[in-house]
Amino acid sequence: AGEKKPGEKAPREKKRGKKKTGEKKPAEQKPSQRAVGEKKKKIKKHHASRNPVLARGIGRYSRSAMYVRKALYKRKYTAPETKIEKKKKEKPRATIIKPVGGDKNGGSRVVKIRKMPRYYPTEDVPRKLLSHGKKPFSQHKRRLRASITPGTVLILLTGRHRGKRVVFLKQLGTGLLLVTGPLVINRVPLRRAHQKFVIATSTKVDISGVKIPKHLTDAYFKKKRLRKPKHQEGEIFDTEKEKYEITEQRKSDQKAVDSQILARIKKVPQLRGYLRSTFCLSNGVYPHKLVF
Amino acid sequence: VFKRFVEIGRVAFISFGPHAGKLVAIVDVIDQNRALVDGPCSGVRRQAMPFKCMQLTDFVLKFPHSARQKCVRLAWEKENINEKWAATRWAKKIEAREKKAKMTDFDRYKVMKAKKMRNRIIKHEMKKLQRLASKKGKKSEKPEKSEKSEKPEKAQKSAKVQKA
Repeated sequence: AGEKKPGEKAPREKKRGKKKTGEKKPAEQKPSQRAVGEKKKKIKKHHASRNPVLARGIGRYSRSAMYVRKALYKRKYTAPETKIEKKKKEKPRATIIKPVGGDKNGGSRVVKIRKMPRYYPTEDVPRKLLSHGKKPFSQHKRRLRASITPGTVLILLTGRHRGKRVVFLKQLGTGLLLVTGPLVINRVPLRRAHQKFVIATSTKVDISGVKIPKHLTDAYFKKKRLRKPKHQEGEIFDTEKEKYEITEQRKSDQKAVDSQILARIKKVPQLRGYLRSTFCLSNGVYPHKLVF
Repeated sequence: VFKRFVEIGRVAFISFGPHAGKLVAIVDVIDQNRALVDGPCSGVRRQAMPFKCMQLTDFVLKFPHSARQKCVRLAWEKENINEKWAATRWAKKIEAREKKAKMTDFDRYKVMKAKKMRNRIIKHEMKKLQRLASKKGKKSEKPEKSEKSEKPEKAQKSAKVQKA
């Protein structure tokens, strides 16, 4: 049976090329049936272009000639619409009937749903040129330095926690780094840090089994600003949050993450004290000469 | 005045150039500035080398001038130059310098803590002895005791640095 198969495959492939399903040799009935079944599953190979190129953008045959060459007269997949079907097609509603209040107003009015434009500019806006590859920020490619891996100890360089050594957890959707002190060690909570303003040291904490809650995203950390100045002037400054309040959710998330990390930090000798300390330069210490 | 001379068999340390940091033996002198040099056990091919990039060591091997590499190698291994070199202070200083340059941020922290602890111990002992000395008046025994107590602490500190 194994020997038969390679022999059978060759004529089968030829058949596929010619797309003949009518011919059936009695000896090969079974494999041809199999071939039909296989054709249905496999994607048909596309023919090369039947229109040879004379010059760039110019083909040898016209549209009508190509219609014949591609046998499109045979390839009709939907039946043409009959008049009854056309009439039956439902159009979207163009007008709506709204009631009118008051006395002697006729009760209701017919109102157009899609109205004519109320302004036509004197000069038409010129068509913008096509641009290529200009993506919005949400679709940008996020990169991460090879030296920053989950569990790396980073040195923050900017912000109120500058100089502090901090454990890296993961990179968030906008590219910012999720980082934690842990809080009990150096008072840095779960926070975002920017990759560019961070030094990655070669010290790594093993964070392999640590589960970071999935709801910690950029939206969670984003600063909230109130937007509803119905009352104008004078009261605007009061409504904006002056004091940042730590929510209970933040505290619980902090505990959940930190408890896992602290256990691993305790295993490495002197790491806790290292994370408590801050980074500073002194005389004779040059950053370009330091190995971090 | 001069203790180390350029002679056949003198082992030299190459200070700069492509073979910086390796040891070679002077096989022959070419002219005023160059020597034929060979380092079979340190990965330096037999070649001419200017004296300027060589720094003479204390070791001298015994082989005749223009001896082939095999002889140089035999002499080198007989004298065990590689081990003797590693035991010299010169080589140890080089190694310490390299280690210091490779220190990571965490290592620097550990060294700082070790140094701090060591200095605290020393200061503590010193203060103790000073107090004793001031109480009991000047006696010749006290300064001797302080020297002895410093040495074990220095050994502790160097061990910590080597670990890091």
